Amino acid sequence: MKYKLADLIKFFTLALLILSYSSSFSQEIPTDAASISAGEALFNGNCKSCHRVDKKLVGPALAGVQDRAPSIKWILEWVKNPAKVIASGDEYANKIYNEYNKSQMTAFTSYTDTQILSILAYVKAYKPEEPAAAPAAGAPAAGGAGISNDYLNVIIAGMILILVLMVVILGLIVSALKRFLNQKDLNEDDAEVVNSPYSVSSITRSSGFIFLVVFVVASIGFKQVIDGLYSIGVQQDYAPKQPIAFSHKLHAGAYEINCKYCHTGVLKGKQANIPSPNICMNCHTQIKQESPEIQKIYSAIGYDPKTASYTGKQKPIEWVRIHNLPDLAYFNHAQHVNVGGIECQTCHGPVQEMEVVRQYSLLTMGWCIDCHRKTDVNNKGNDYYNKLTELHKASKGKMKVEDIGGLECAKCHY
Amino acid sequence: MSSKKKIYWKGLPELKNDAAFVKHADKEFVDLGVQEDPGHSRRDFLKMMGFSVAAASLAACEAPVRKAIPYIVKPVDVDPGIPNYYASTYVNGGDYCSVVVKVRDGRPIKLEGNALSSVTKGGTSAQVEASVLSLYDNFRLRGPKIADKASDWETVDKEITTKLGEIAGKGGQIRIVSNTLLSPSTKAAIEVFKAKYPTTTHIQYDPVSYYGMWKANEESFGKGLIPSYDFSKAKLIVSVGADFLGTWLSPIEFTKGYAVNREVSEDKREMSRHYQFESNLTLTGANADYRGQMKPSQEGAVLAQIYNIVTGGSATDSGVKWVEKAAKELLENKGASLVVCSSNDKETQVLVNEINNALGNYGTTILPGLPVNFRQGNDEAMAAFVEEVKAGKVDGVIFYNCNPVYDHPMGADLEKALKSLTLSVSTSYTPDETASASGYMAPDHHYLESWNDFEPKPGHYSLSQPAITPLFKSRQAQESFMVWAGEQNVDYFTFVSDNWKKWFFDKQNAEASFQTFWDKCLYNGVYEFTADSTSLNFTSHAAEALSVVTAPAKPSGQYEVVIYESYGIGTGAMANNPLLQELPDPITKATWDHYVTVSQLDAKELGIENDAEGHTQMLSFAVNGKQVELPALIQPGQAKGTLGVALGYGRTKVGAVAENLGQNLYPALKLANGSLSYIASVAKPAVKDSFQLAQTQIHQTYMGRENVIQESVLAEFKKDPSAGRWNPHISNWDKKEEAKDVSLWKGHEYKNHYWGMAIDLNTCTGCAACVVACNVENNVALVGKQEVINRREMHWLRIDRYYSSDALPGSYKEMEIASDNPEVTFQPMMCQHCNNAPCETVCPVAATTHSTEGLNQMTYNRCIGTRYCANNCPYKVRRFNWFKYHDNQQFYQSNPAMNTDLGRMVLNPEVTVRSRGVMEKCSFCVQRIQTGKLTAKKEKRPLNDGEVITACQAACTTGAIVFGDMNNPESRISKLLKIENDPKRPYSIDKKIGNPRAYRVLEDIGVKPNVFYLTKIRNKDVEKSAKAEQKEHA
Repeated sequence: MKYKLADLIKFFTLALLILSYSSSFSQEIPTDAASISAGEALFNGNCKSCHRVDKKLVGPALAGVQDRAPSIKWILEWVKNPAKVIASGDEYANKIYNEYNKSQMTAFTSYTDTQILSILAYVKAYKPEEPAAAPAAGAPAAGGAGISNDYLNVIIAGMILILVLMVVILGLIVSALKRFLNQKDLNEDDAEVVNSPYSVSSITRSSGFIFLVVFVVASIGFKQVIDGLYSIGVQQDYAPKQPIAFSHKLHAGAYEINCKYCHTGVLKGKQANIPSPNICMNCHTQIKQESPEIQKIYSAIGYDPKTASYTGKQKPIEWVRIHNLPDLAYFNHAQHVNVGGIECQTCHGPVQEMEVVRQYSLLTMGWCIDCHRKTDVNNKGNDYYNKLTELHKASKGKMKVEDIGGLECAKCHY
Repeated sequence: MSSKKKIYWKGLPELKNDAAFVKHADKEFVDLGVQEDPGHSRRDFLKMMGFSVAAASLAACEAPVRKAIPYIVKPVDVDPGIPNYYASTYVNGGDYCSVVVKVRDGRPIKLEGNALSSVTKGGTSAQVEASVLSLYDNFRLRGPKIADKASDWETVDKEITTKLGEIAGKGGQIRIVSNTLLSPSTKAAIEVFKAKYPTTTHIQYDPVSYYGMWKANEESFGKGLIPSYDFSKAKLIVSVGADFLGTWLSPIEFTKGYAVNREVSEDKREMSRHYQFESNLTLTGANADYRGQMKPSQEGAVLAQIYNIVTGGSATDSGVKWVEKAAKELLENKGASLVVCSSNDKETQVLVNEINNALGNYGTTILPGLPVNFRQGNDEAMAAFVEEVKAGKVDGVIFYNCNPVYDHPMGADLEKALKSLTLSVSTSYTPDETASASGYMAPDHHYLESWNDFEPKPGHYSLSQPAITPLFKSRQAQESFMVWAGEQNVDYFTFVSDNWKKWFFDKQNAEASFQTFWDKCLYNGVYEFTADSTSLNFTSHAAEALSVVTAPAKPSGQYEVVIYESYGIGTGAMANNPLLQELPDPITKATWDHYVTVSQLDAKELGIENDAEGHTQMLSFAVNGKQVELPALIQPGQAKGTLGVALGYGRTKVGAVAENLGQNLYPALKLANGSLSYIASVAKPAVKDSFQLAQTQIHQTYMGRENVIQESVLAEFKKDPSAGRWNPHISNWDKKEEAKDVSLWKGHEYKNHYWGMAIDLNTCTGCAACVVACNVENNVALVGKQEVINRREMHWLRIDRYYSSDALPGSYKEMEIASDNPEVTFQPMMCQHCNNAPCETVCPVAATTHSTEGLNQMTYNRCIGTRYCANNCPYKVRRFNWFKYHDNQQFYQSNPAMNTDLGRMVLNPEVTVRSRGVMEKCSFCVQRIQTGKLTAKKEKRPLNDGEVITACQAACTTGAIVFGDMNNPESRISKLLKIENDPKRPYSIDKKIGNPRAYRVLEDIGVKPNVFYLTKIRNKDVEKSAKAEQKEHA
């Protein structure tokens, strides 16, 4: 009996423990790797445009927020509906609200507690990158033994010049010697050696040489013409001046704002969309108000930063199109980015390093076809491709876009 | 299969084997001696070439700077490049269709039927499909006008209100004139106007009137109405002149119902039987199983004969073939039959009511308890109105979206009298004949820019919502009415939604919040409930009607004229729509022209000949005092002694498209017994100058090949579902094989999708909605009359209309019989997407290739225009761009969609606008296939059947066109064709087709098309041998 009672007590304690553990679980920041990585994904996708962990951006730096805020529960409520928390007269909430010029954080109503906690887990576990790693990634590819390419070019050019000069000098010496020797009486053998029938002028006048030169010149000319014709309409490296000096280097590079945050159509449809100014205003109601470039956005959308109100006078911004496909070619961003899972940089290049965006790729049909030949179909987890994947198992190699009709005319031309 | 062999022919020249026809019959491209540009020499060519090379290289130096202008504040649910769909309603006078509008980047570009409506059930018509282009009509008014001078709304409102006040002050009379109004809120808005100006009377009229029918029902039921007709319940349909599949009353609804009983399959070997008695060969007559020819003057006799047989009275003989048979069969199908008649004469319609009543059709196929609102016009009131205006008894008149100056017989009088009125206003959105004659033009929005509600039948409501911000400074006419009535802060949207709250929301329990209710109605486009129907008692007036109808009214002239509503442009309201002008008439295949249809026998008597190039002569005659001179078109099936002339032409203020096209026949109509009469008697017409009509198809031949049309009769089909099929066999080294199975090619394997199409020739009525839908979806160029004459129309999808008869051509007499009253078969024909495509093998630049999904692809940017492919196409479905049809002033009139800034807004951005010198053809709407696939991929799931629907399929009211993935065993097409998959070769093109009705056109030549046709089955009794038939006829 006694034995049983002890068991019972043990059981109850255990049950209580479990209960208390599970009830606090929802309020506790997880530490497991899965939650942290899930949190990282969520943070990068949604929070990063306004927050950083270690520095203040549009919103405060998030490091230590779990200790700073009144409670974890408070954070959960705040993220889901900041307006409500502010309206409830919460002291801390109103303090931040006023500190940040009364700009309110976007509400994330659809987030579950677990999701928010995983973001907090990421924030808590966040370690700034090793500073040593930064220059390694950014440094240009070093050439040879510490000599840069420029120097090498200069040296080579100098050497070529010296060699040419040497040839000229040698030629002059030869002709001077010839003249000198011819003034003397020479025997027949010597004369033959000195006045060789194969002189420079006889070679250059020979029909074989003329043919060779004409052939080489014609070939190079022909190739140039063909290359020139092929480059008609190809606008690689086209980097026009835009009406607003928007820097991708700053936004996508330094601030690491996700491309999809502004280019909203990229997963949905044909166009990636040039962001409408209302997206700019998500941040720029607060940031860099005084910048003349930001003023251009204000005048386009009709915003008066002094009164922080919209005037209703709007004027569209005429951006210069950089990537121009001909009308006869159909291209859909959703197919490539959403379905194919291709990074923006694959075609658009390192936009995050571009102060002014330029056309990185050729955008010719050969360029498209080349990629369709080389790229594997992103069929993982996509049931649309089930049948094709099954049928492809019989053949060797991975399933390329080419294998499922990616080179057909009517995939892009109709 | 019976040994009886029919001959099929597309036009009289083919039947007669004219020398001129034969000369060109086998040619895809004919040199008709068209001189393109005789002014240019070789020297000019060299100069031009030099210049263009220089220009091209200069132009290539610098690419044009293109701008990209994003939204300033992007609406949440609008994404550039992704279409939005809005439910709305097409209404044109009393014509009604619930539609879904496809809006791309803020512009409506395509209409489709709304399946949620129980009236039109997702059906459309050629006019509905074409109406999207009317939105971008360059002729539209840009804003209000006062006496033809541009003005602004403030001034217009002030002046109109002042004048209305003056009129009201002296107790003057005000009239609002409109066509049938289906909209209860519009009527309520007019009531608001009337409350302010009590001397106002609202008059409705219809250009093609049904007033006689309305009055007949008033006599029979004690209440003026037009009942609903349920063709889906009718096993026997007898139509006396009513073109219910084409233009009569509510053709979309009727076509939908008609198709239900015309569909046959192995499991359903029953179908309705359809008798048609008429003078002109109409679309409906062409679909009939038995067609009797009658003169309009015989109409009464035909109905009397039917009545007498049905009621067992003393037999009379109308002298029209098949009437007796029809009447006897009506008796066998009591309660499941339907007799309809197009007559606008009250007594005639009373007799029709008597017949239907005697057959017990009321309550089953005819529902007087569910009256329709499609035609509410009152001919007497309208005539009285014109008389009043003439007499100066009216002071102010407002024309609400109607055009009586053009489409009323007394239009000319009205036009003159309008000038003396204190106030005349037109709300028409174009400066049409009536608007031009009115003092004020206060343009209404186009229906795609408006809010409105409609009540086609009690308990069936639908909404229309703006799919685009108004293009011009027009204003909703209902708002105008209320502004002129002195209302402040008028907003018609609020007015409609308040009405709906009052009328419907408060009376239902399903939704608790009005916003939810309203959003739901708007999303669905329709709101329907069972309305209380009042029981109506039938009172017989048979004796009276019979005596009037059978009273011998001797026609004064030698010929009788039937004036009918044009199939394409309708009453003329849509005359400025080039899609409809270039749409070949389903029967005559004429485009861009107004003509008189004449029978072969009369033509011979008059001395008229038609040739394969459309050459004919003008006929001149006077109809009720109106002199008419129009080209003659010899029409097989036209009753001898009758002439057919369409309404809708001869518009004078209509815009560039239809200007000076034909003659206005409305002035030739006259009131008879209180309603407008569409028949008249004329003297023998005089033959005048020669003329050239632009007809498609008449110059082609099917080369006598037997498997183009495969048909049978129901009795044969019941015995053997493969009746009518033609399967030639070839002796191989070991066995006899079906010709289609013998091939030199290995064939393709389609691993994922295998697109195919099936077309049921039995349910296809030839209505041509698909043709217009295809034009709009695929940016097909319209080429104008001259280019149609040059055989260069661009339609990707055409409907081949074949005449057929058992009579073998031999003597002239036999040919006359053949062309007297032929059977008609419609066959939609587009690229057949052959698996062994003859076009692909001859293209020197591989511009037309085969896809891994069974499509025959056409790559415009690769095409160099050799035209070898078209020459090698057995189906003649490839179209060559002889000109640059876009941005070319030469085609401004015929092709505004590609030549005006306004028109270009209708173009589908998903489809390339083709340039000069390239070939084009049906692509199976590859842009829709790609969109459907992408949606599935984005959602990471397989593509479901029904997600990809071609434009023609979507437009087809009867569901005759089925498109889908033949590799998917669950797809509709797989089930319809009963595809049996070979487990060893599941992806092969050589699928076994289990449906005994399915055949492929020209199957035996081995091109293996991916378009299947299902045999045409006519519900005819097994006929006597052809010879016996001829003897009887002779």
